[in-house]
Amino acid sequence: MIRFLFKGIMRDRSRSLLPVIVVALGVFLTVFMSGFLKGVFSDITELNANFSTGHVKIQTRAYAENADQIPNDLAILNVKKLIADLQKDYPEMEWVQRIRTGGLLDVPDSLGETKGQGQAVGTAVDMLSTGSHELERMNIKKSLVKGSLPARQGEALISDDYARRFGVSVGDKVTLFGSTMNGSMMFKTFVVSGTVRFGNSVLDRGAIFMDINDAMLALDMDDAASEVLGFFKSGQYDDIKAEAIEASFNLKYNIKGDEFSPVMSRLVEQEGLGDYLKLAGNASAIMVMIFIIAMSIVLWNTGLLGGLRRYSEFGIRLALGEEKKHIYLTTIYEAVLIGIIGSIIGTILGLGAAYYLQKYGLDVSAIMGNVGMMIPTVYRAEVTRELFYIGFFPGLIATVFGNALAGFAIYKRRTSQLFHELEV
Amino acid sequence: MQMSNITVMKKILMLLFSSISIISLAQPDANTILEKVDKNMSSKNRVFESEMIIHGRRTSRSITSRSYSAGNKQSFTEYLSPAREQGTKMLKLENQLWIYSPSTDRIIQISGHMLRQSVMGSDLSYEDMMDERKMTEIYTAVISGNETLDGRNTWVLVLTARVEDVAYYSQKLWVDTERYIPLKQEMFAKSGQLLKRATLSDVRQIQGRWFPMTVVYKDVLKEGDGTEFRMTSVKFDQPIPDYIFTKAALKQ
Repeated sequence: MIRFLFKGIMRDRSRSLLPVIVVALGVFLTVFMSGFLKGVFSDITELNANFSTGHVKIQTRAYAENADQIPNDLAILNVKKLIADLQKDYPEMEWVQRIRTGGLLDVPDSLGETKGQGQAVGTAVDMLSTGSHELERMNIKKSLVKGSLPARQGEALISDDYARRFGVSVGDKVTLFGSTMNGSMMFKTFVVSGTVRFGNSVLDRGAIFMDINDAMLALDMDDAASEVLGFFKSGQYDDIKAEAIEASFNLKYNIKGDEFSPVMSRLVEQEGLGDYLKLAGNASAIMVMIFIIAMSIVLWNTGLLGGLRRYSEFGIRLALGEEKKHIYLTTIYEAVLIGIIGSIIGTILGLGAAYYLQKYGLDVSAIMGNVGMMIPTVYRAEVTRELFYIGFFPGLIATVFGNALAGFAIYKRRTSQLFHELEV
Repeated sequence: MQMSNITVMKKILMLLFSSISIISLAQPDANTILEKVDKNMSSKNRVFESEMIIHGRRTSRSITSRSYSAGNKQSFTEYLSPAREQGTKMLKLENQLWIYSPSTDRIIQISGHMLRQSVMGSDLSYEDMMDERKMTEIYTAVISGNETLDGRNTWVLVLTARVEDVAYYSQKLWVDTERYIPLKQEMFAKSGQLLKRATLSDVRQIQGRWFPMTVVYKDVLKEGDGTEFRMTSVKFDQPIPDYIFTKAALKQ
């Protein structure tokens, strides 16, 4: 029976070609777009995690409440002991301390007076210790435009945009002016070892990256940090594990009434990233729904056209005594075969396109001159296990549903009129 | 009967007008009050030493400095203690501000949004420290009432900016009716949001003028217990060498 129907489909291309193309196209779009959206949302999450939120983040409660003001006077103290305890209690995570600071980045002239200056956001990470993954995590090496990574204390990287704007070259000195943890004036002169560009205005606008030890000295933050970030050693964010770690940490460290006690928050609780992840999860479901509805309507229509074209065929089959139910079922079986063929073709094409975009990415930096959100400049798809079936079943369901609706016309044929209709 | 009513009415009105006239004579108009406040608070020049106690959320710290100012266009401050701040100098000329850091031997000009930043973690911004214009130059005043503050009678003045380049669009000033010194000051944004509050006390008569030696500033948008600014000595109309108000003086 299947072989018979398959032969029919293959031999009568006009019966199968259009539905197969429609299904394949729909499945292709579903698979590709799901992979693309999944990839982009994963990259957004990863970028934010690496630069800002970590998989979990620890700050003092007072700091967390005013984090956008970078209030280092409310920073975590005794951070060395805290990190040692965290490493012991949660060995599945890598714990790093970071210092953030804001102020003016001042470029001196030959007399040491201000030649140019702009607002700056300083980020201090462990750049010089052996075994530190911070440079790799923040993709700093690949973002280097000129010069090299800091090799010793007193060297820093500045944003390439800033360097161009103020004519700063590698080897020049710049002074960061701001406030120390205690509120004193902070002046720290750095030698520019290189310039970086991330292609994102949030990161590129007046950014200066320095070693954590330089920041500790300049900001009077010995044994203190703006925040401690935790990253799963596997590299993958696991919300269930993160939630358990968060609950256990906050139970142990977060003291009610002490605004300086450390408090942990998960990635999904910060900067609206939870909504992003939910959106990523829902986007595929929404696309599949739209696909099923739209494709069903298209395939219903195709089925109706096919039904008209095969009007005589069905008439003869009815005249020969074939039951309406049997004819209806054979059209459904045909639809299943067409759905499978179209879905396989669409899935293969979709996976291929997603894999290509996963490997090579789509560089949109040229059209993202002034993006204020922390989003990547190279969009990559992500080929996941679910892509192998996410389009397949909707493709099959849509074909069967469309043909099932169109096939009802078979039941409207009256045997008494058949010979008259067929002009026999 | 009707005639007698009219006579009574006339008497009441006359009484009312005379009362208003007496009150008007007793209370100078708002802008005159402000002029008198300016006479006390502003001077041709002044030299003072001060202690600024900053009450942060975690700790309190004290910074001492010596300042020279001439009119409202020139001022020079040298920080004397603690060691972290010692030798840091600030120079204001017209509306420009430079800071010298001995640790980096750099002179940095402060501009733009940095002027609104806190000076050494205090409740004062660079902008607050720079603006030494007379009140009458930037505000028009209206008397909104009378209040008693710590046993002193005050006029409550509402000031509204009449120039664009002003840190606070409006202010509310409680002026001592006897000494023409503000005892309390509230500073507002154009939206009406209260930004800062200052309480002035320890009013002394120095060289023929009343002057508050202690001001407690509170940035209401910031947590903490405010900043206490205490003048330990103040001298008005002193000879100040011209070189003090030059960039060369910063590195000396």
